[in-house]
Amino acid sequence: MSSATDAPRASFRLSQLIYDTRYRSITIQVIALILLIAAFWWLINNTVQNLAMLGKDFDFSFLGARAGYDINQMLIPYDNSMTHGRAALVGILNTLLVAFMGCVTATVIGVFVGVLRLSKNWVVSRLMAVYVEGFRNVPLLLWIVLIFALMTESTPQPRDFREGGSASLLFGDSVAITNRGVFIPMPTWGDGAAILGIVLVVSLIAAFLYRRYAKKVLFDTGRLLPMTWPALAIAIVPTVLVYLAFSFTTGGVRMQLMGAEATEGQSVAAYAEANGPLSVCMPEGTIKLNMQRMLRANDIRYTEKDFATEEGAVQAFRNGACNLVSVPAASVAAFTEGTDLAVAPLAETSPRGKPLEFEKPVLGGFNFEGGVQVRNSLIALWLALSLYTGAFIAEIVRAGILSVSKGQSEAAFALGLRPNRTMNLIILPQALRVIIPPLISQFLNLTKNSSLAIAVGYMDVRATLGGITINQTGRELEGMLLLGMFYLTLSLVISGAMNVYNSSTRLKER
Amino acid sequence: MSDTHAQTAAYVRESMIGQSAPPTGQSGAIRWMRENLFSGVTNTILTLVSIYVIWVIVSHLFPWFANSIWRADSLTQCREIRDATVGADAPAACFAVIVDRWQQLVFGFYPQDKYWRPVLALVVFLAAIAPILFQSLPRKALWFSAAAPFLLFFLLWGGSVWLPVCVALGFVIGAVAYRLLVASAGTLTATLAAIVLPLLYWLFLAGPLDAALTAVAPVGLEYVQSKDFGGFTLSFIIGVAGIALSLPLGILLALGRQSHLFIIKMISVGFIEVIRGVPLIVWLFTASLLLNYFLPPGTNFDLMLRVIIMVTLFSAAYIAEVVRGGLAALPKGQYEGADSLGLDYWQSMRLVILPQALKISIPGIVNTFIGLFKDTTLVVFIGLLDPIGLTNAIRASTDWNGVYWELFIFVGLMFFIACFSMGRYSLFLEKKLQREHR
Amino acid sequence: MERQSNQEEVNMKRTVFLGALALSGLVAGAAAAATLDDVKARGKVNCGVTTGLVGFAAPDANGKWEGFDVAICRAVAAAIFGDQEKVEFVPTTGQTRFTALASGEVDLLARNTTNTFSRDVDLKFEFMPTNYYDGQGFMIPKALGVTSAKDLDGATVCIQTGTTTELNLADFFRANNISYEPVPIETNAEAQQQYLAGACDVYTTDASGLAATRATFENPGDHVILPEIISKEPLAPLVRHGDNDWGDLVRWTVYALIAAEEYGVTSENVKEMAASAGSNPEINRLLGTEGDLGAMLGLGKDWAVNAIAANGNYGEIFEANIGESTPIGLARGLNAQWTDGGLMYSPPFR
Repeated sequence: MSSATDAPRASFRLSQLIYDTRYRSITIQVIALILLIAAFWWLINNTVQNLAMLGKDFDFSFLGARAGYDINQMLIPYDNSMTHGRAALVGILNTLLVAFMGCVTATVIGVFVGVLRLSKNWVVSRLMAVYVEGFRNVPLLLWIVLIFALMTESTPQPRDFREGGSASLLFGDSVAITNRGVFIPMPTWGDGAAILGIVLVVSLIAAFLYRRYAKKVLFDTGRLLPMTWPALAIAIVPTVLVYLAFSFTTGGVRMQLMGAEATEGQSVAAYAEANGPLSVCMPEGTIKLNMQRMLRANDIRYTEKDFATEEGAVQAFRNGACNLVSVPAASVAAFTEGTDLAVAPLAETSPRGKPLEFEKPVLGGFNFEGGVQVRNSLIALWLALSLYTGAFIAEIVRAGILSVSKGQSEAAFALGLRPNRTMNLIILPQALRVIIPPLISQFLNLTKNSSLAIAVGYMDVRATLGGITINQTGRELEGMLLLGMFYLTLSLVISGAMNVYNSSTRLKER
Repeated sequence: MSDTHAQTAAYVRESMIGQSAPPTGQSGAIRWMRENLFSGVTNTILTLVSIYVIWVIVSHLFPWFANSIWRADSLTQCREIRDATVGADAPAACFAVIVDRWQQLVFGFYPQDKYWRPVLALVVFLAAIAPILFQSLPRKALWFSAAAPFLLFFLLWGGSVWLPVCVALGFVIGAVAYRLLVASAGTLTATLAAIVLPLLYWLFLAGPLDAALTAVAPVGLEYVQSKDFGGFTLSFIIGVAGIALSLPLGILLALGRQSHLFIIKMISVGFIEVIRGVPLIVWLFTASLLLNYFLPPGTNFDLMLRVIIMVTLFSAAYIAEVVRGGLAALPKGQYEGADSLGLDYWQSMRLVILPQALKISIPGIVNTFIGLFKDTTLVVFIGLLDPIGLTNAIRASTDWNGVYWELFIFVGLMFFIACFSMGRYSLFLEKKLQREHR
Repeated sequence: MERQSNQEEVNMKRTVFLGALALSGLVAGAAAAATLDDVKARGKVNCGVTTGLVGFAAPDANGKWEGFDVAICRAVAAAIFGDQEKVEFVPTTGQTRFTALASGEVDLLARNTTNTFSRDVDLKFEFMPTNYYDGQGFMIPKALGVTSAKDLDGATVCIQTGTTTELNLADFFRANNISYEPVPIETNAEAQQQYLAGACDVYTTDASGLAATRATFENPGDHVILPEIISKEPLAPLVRHGDNDWGDLVRWTVYALIAAEEYGVTSENVKEMAASAGSNPEINRLLGTEGDLGAMLGLGKDWAVNAIAANGNYGEIFEANIGESTPIGLARGLNAQWTDGGLMYSPPFR
């Protein structure tokens, strides 16, 4: 191609565009460009004509219209009076969540199985081979459906947790595994939570710095400082101390329950009977959690009004938004004097709460309430994606480990390195270079495969934007375009990020 | 040495003791188990855990399989038989649904008296693919491979025999035009003629010719509509058509991506990345919901064809990456050698590079096919009745409403057998290529 | 050399595609022309149905489609061609059904589709007479002891996606200010499995669907359908906007089935009654023994006779597919003739 000969400039003829290698490449490219533009023009022209024929327009304003449907799993607040755009965002976050969880778990499973497949243990290596072949050779869709059904059939219903039922909560009544999902305690923040968080972050950084220092000392002087225990201590001890300090100081403060139009010292049960339906103003955090516990212990039915801060709750109470609120026991007097309302403290108090407490799931009317519900659809999709992709990653890991020549480990043993150090320092770093490029494409596959959420009713972006929204508004062209753009962007971002990482670990060749 | 002993020792054994068996702990099954299963603490734990897992699975599944019922007309009847034979609480599989509906799962709604056609088509397909996959077969058989697509189309869809013949004639025209012109008018003109003449023929002559021939000699099979295809036949047709049709496009894209021409390269990279960046299910919805927007108003063709088009574009991007791998794996000397012989770009590709690159790409292409074959199950979401779609349809009949695992296990098993054997072939091929390279 | 032949083979495969393209182009024709002409030229009606819903549409072991919606398609085919087999069933999902109709892939969509304002006006379809008056209901295990849908605060509800069901549900719970947890499921079969395993407390869909689903349970008596019907779901066949002749044909075929029941014309006696003019001029006009209503639709005189002979009148179709003698066991209720206090009312044939 590049064998250009010097031709006299002056005698340019049209035929040179085809026969002269200097110009031919330009000719070809120009023709290709013209064809491409023509193809696009053709497609767009057809689309415009078809839209006109159907009497439709090309308009994204449907994203601002009321959605009208509910989504069960939301990482950001959403209800059916919000817009289609918001629903799409909820779906996008759900997609990202399951893709991220899937990638992490698939890697763990893949590495684990890949190593075990090379194990000398006959039973283990056979079992892993069965797993890998079984998952690789059956469509993912089938696995998702099967795992979803298996989980639904084999786990107990919430009903079974009632008195005399066959199931019970795990880990000190804090985790419930049901066929609607797993309910786990939700962390709730109280006074001093911010300080606790800062202390934790600072001590983690300190622990990291200590490890670096210890390593530097090892490489510089050959002196081996203890690494694991001091680092752990630096990371954990200050946080625990701060937690205990807060628990014993602010954690001991009691919150006094105040009732409008109440007589002093009346029990909340008596107040409920006298004053009809109760509504309670509660600030977010452990104060609310402990109030709920107290009211539940007294078997009180009430409606709840949530506020971000204590001041907000008190202010709303003063405005008559609710008939119960709680204030620190020390400021009861100030509170009653500062208002025109007939307010009196009731008999009950509740603790203010520790910096961090856990809200446990409790069995309600139909289902567990409180805590975090990890839904079955999420678990099934997550498991199926991880197990399926894990089988492929296992093969990649196995091939990676096998690609490191045996001489490397023999040389390491000859140097006196122990087997696990040989694995960590010699084999894995070399195997990683082989493993990472195909691993990237597995991550991409997993992310794209998360769109099979449709099979289990997980509300990902395809189900919200690409499913219900398109179906209700009839905007398939716009909806599919946005959906495609989202997945494309996500893929490019993942492969871009992984490629940066890949080039940083690549063998630096001369 | 023995001489000295003979004089000093009182007794010398004159014959060797026969070999005694190793201690029981060091031989046979016990030794094998000690070495392979219980060689250390970790290993022992792993073994025990594995055995426990196997036990749990087997103990749950075995009674269900052992009690399975194979002859019944409906799920209700299945339950009655179960209650009568093994008791109401015992788990029992109702495989009668497979006995009743296996034909539908395999052939879809293909007319029952014409089942021989897809079966024969499978045989033809295997015979046609054999010379490509196994190099030891006679090369003449490749002519049969070249004719097979038309035969397959005719067998599966039926209709007049002249349609595939007339279409095939276009290629003959192209080939003949190239042969005749290449000597007199040069490669460029000949190539142009080989492209333009068949196109003109297909656009203006093929239709009337087909009609005329059909009128003169109405030979053919009964026409079967695409809507009647279903089950594994559908999966297989979409998978095979997708891969076979995407090969030329995939090779062109791979060459485009390697090209020095900036615009060509950008177009190829753009196409490949866009296709690969978006999930197949979104493309399938595009095929089902949007393709009609992109084509001239009034165009309308059946969903199966739309899906095949989309799947072809989809797998072309993947094939392109596989072929690119093959191209990159060739030593640079091959490219330089072809250049030094004075071959132009297309000659060097056609005669030197592609034959080698494609050969090492075959395992990758087979793997892509396995992936695509599995992914064909996604067409269920746009209303085509693939095996999984059919399980829904079967469960919607009053007879089999409520059947669950039996159908999925059957479908899964069929997919496993097909994909596993193809995977083994690709592995065999990879090993063979490795040996050849050494 | 061998690679070259391979290449050729590959190229040749591409033509199959071209050939198929040409072929289907011939078969499908242009959608722009009048639908009835297209249908007649094709020799078949393309009818969109569900991928499978008990009692309404499902293929049997021989691949023959059966059900309530299917019978409507067959009646239309019989009215046009005099042969109820001249119909091609196209399975569609909740997601793809409207596109299939809009793009001309099907001529008629008989897929338990609710008639709503936005579908009629915004999505540009034309709804035919309602062939089944339905409403969204709730099914719940008896053991839970719930008697009213208003007691469902905090319940987990299984719904089918891509339907009006999820919007109705959101509206109902919002109006009653109670909370719920939706579990969206793609197909009826999956939803049923989830409900039976107790993954949701309540299953909600059209009341007919609930009855059909309950009928196939191992212990139907353990489940109750709550009295509340929270929405109006008039299920009707639909066609594209803009081809009124075709719309008229389908509309009056459905009316003919309804009228036939009113006048006592059944698949048994229709041939006999059509043989000669009887005493009732309305029946005579319907069956073509007097006047020629068929010609006005572009069909033969015996169009209604054929439509009725195919699967019987409306009542017969109902009884055979979803009526009380079938496992589904739906009562006529709102779908009885107006003379029996129902809503089935055909305008006069004159």
